Amino acid sequence: MERRLLSGDEAVAAAAMDGGVHLGTGYPGTPSTEILEAFSALGGRAQWAPNEKVALEVGLGAAFAGARAVVTMKHVGLNVAADPLFTAAYTGVSGALVVVAADDPGMASSQNEQDSRRYAIAAGLPMLEPADSQEAYELALAALELSQRWQLPVLLRMTTRVCHSKSIVTRQSAVAPAPVPRFARDVASRVMIPAYARPAHRRLRKKLESLEAWGETAPLAIWREGSKALGVIANGVTARHVREAAPEASLLELKLVHPLPLEKIRAFAASVERCVVIEEGDPVIADAVRAAGIPVEGKAPSFRFGELDVPRVRRILARDLSPEPEAPKGKPPQLCEACPYHPVYSTLKKLGCIVAGDIGCYTLGVLPPYEGMDTCVAMGASLGVGLGLRHVLPEEDARKVVSIIGDSTFVHTGLNGLVEMVYNPPPTGHVLVVLDNGTTAMTGQQEHPGTGRTLDHEPTAKLSIEGLARALGVANVDVVDPIADPAGFERLLAGRLSRPQLSVIVARRPCILAAADIRKYEKAAAAAGCAACPEVENV
Amino acid sequence: MSDVVNVVFAGLGGQGVIKASDILADAAFRAGRDVKKAEVHGMSQRGGSVTSDVRFGREVLSPMVPRGEAHYLVVLSPSEVAVTRPLLGKAGVLIPPDLVDEAALPNRKSLNVALLGALARHLDLPDEHWLAAIRAALPERLHEVNERAFRLGREAAGRAG
Ligand code: SF4
Repeated sequence: MERRLLSGDEAVAAAAMDGGVHLGTGYPGTPSTEILEAFSALGGRAQWAPNEKVALEVGLGAAFAGARAVVTMKHVGLNVAADPLFTAAYTGVSGALVVVAADDPGMASSQNEQDSRRYAIAAGLPMLEPADSQEAYELALAALELSQRWQLPVLLRMTTRVCHSKSIVTRQSAVAPAPVPRFARDVASRVMIPAYARPAHRRLRKKLESLEAWGETAPLAIWREGSKALGVIANGVTARHVREAAPEASLLELKLVHPLPLEKIRAFAASVERCVVIEEGDPVIADAVRAAGIPVEGKAPSFRFGELDVPRVRRILARDLSPEPEAPKGKPPQLCEACPYHPVYSTLKKLGCIVAGDIGCYTLGVLPPYEGMDTCVAMGASLGVGLGLRHVLPEEDARKVVSIIGDSTFVHTGLNGLVEMVYNPPPTGHVLVVLDNGTTAMTGQQEHPGTGRTLDHEPTAKLSIEGLARALGVANVDVVDPIADPAGFERLLAGRLSRPQLSVIVARRPCILAAADIRKYEKAAAAAGCAACPEVENV
Repeated sequence: MSDVVNVVFAGLGGQGVIKASDILADAAFRAGRDVKKAEVHGMSQRGGSVTSDVRFGREVLSPMVPRGEAHYLVVLSPSEVAVTRPLLGKAGVLIPPDLVDEAALPNRKSLNVALLGALARHLDLPDEHWLAAIRAALPERLHEVNERAFRLGREAAGRAG
């Protein structure tokens, strides 16, 4: 059996391989991005979707056909995928569907620290949570089995510390080969008109009930006997912090975090004098356990913020509420020196624009010296927010509003905002600047539908941002290179701001970190005489 | 947990902080130890502060080095020394960037591996595993340069110690 040092993300990819996954799909989002890249490198079939909702729908379709599918995203991506997720709980699956959601307690690279366990409860889906890479491997395999057995999508919750930590993983040898997908018609299960959805909801609750009963005895809650004076209930990597901080304590480590094995928890709590629930993020377990009438102690509200670690766990156990030491104040990230966004930000600043921004490298333009972004809410939100500002501000200010968005984010959810812009144009018009650097730079240079290459950098059809804008009827559509012609960019932007019309400016220049690779892929495609990439020379 | 060795690497994005921690983790793994390595990256690639924790021993539980309990702190950027100092334990050893004379390095980019050489002097990990880990982490054309950097760092630590 192979033993290797793997990150949690790589371990999930290995499980997808060994568990016979037919298709992996997702949208890049730190810290989940490496799962699909590693799955592809191992020889799995992996692809990037334009956004998480589409990824989940593709995975669901594959699972309807009897295949095994894995869909990956970060926690905020689960918000985008939530719509199909809730209904997928009703329809169930024929093969297996595992949705990996990577949470980011402490917000190493995210705009909020929401707790995805709430989605498992709200959607009524089982959720597993690993503590290290070995468990990430084992629980990803278990999630595939559970999904197949209960005919339900299964959520696998990861956190930054599990995704990006490396530890030793022993892979199992042969796992049973996955059956070849076959479509069997089942309209009443898969078409959720109310008449079919009502019984489907009852079926879901029944499945959850039997799953809960199974979970009471399944090896997904590990009871470590220790002192009778202190017992701790913990999940994920937090359980490891607890073992280190309080080696003498009794510990119940929960791997199945929804539904909870409440009877086992009741017995555990009764076996110790003091029982503390220690969990990162929301008090999900503590609340559920207390609601079941089991008296436990939770963590103080101040520990709701950020990651837990060994010293913080010691504090929780000691009920120590004294001020915690400040984290080292490091140097914030910044735009690369020769980044094509520099001239864009200096122009926006010079023209005194009100900038509705979005998520990507260019979000770093919010920092000095530019401080060039006034809003940044969610993927694709720059369009809607910019339009809202335009609708209500006095004309003079409305004319200064610009929405800026990156190419990958534009394809993700910006496109819907462009449709809104055309449909409900503000009286002053609006200006959208698409910063097209030819890659998804922030997460590590992934491809997207606008680059004309698949996850493996192989040529495929290429979406044209300017073509789309023209097709939707935007009055002014221009493409400029902000590095080659910064003065031209400034003239163009100033001119467009003064017109009461809709304008889209595509500021196109490859990310300097990605440029060499992009050239290499293009060369390879040209050498292969690829016909699918007619726009290659414009990149 | 008493046999667990805690090492924290610190520096700026692009300096090879993560690569250095990968090499140490791999060397410890090859030497048969239990290993955990944890870092926070993402935004950190854009020149901001990066730290990476490596812990190895008989059994490692939490992947994060508790603040103030690092045995070794390897810092690649002068600006990060003061900032990360509180991570180091009382009897801990600081391996600062100026321990190695950058001008003597065959390639400035190999400072991370040179500082690993300095660290190696303190750790009980056989040389063969260090070298295998360096080779596994880097493309072949960089092997020689980095092996030289590793030896340089090791000698520098000898002089300093
Ligand atoms: S990675 Fe690319 S897009 Fe991001 S800041 Fe650097 S040059 Fe700019």
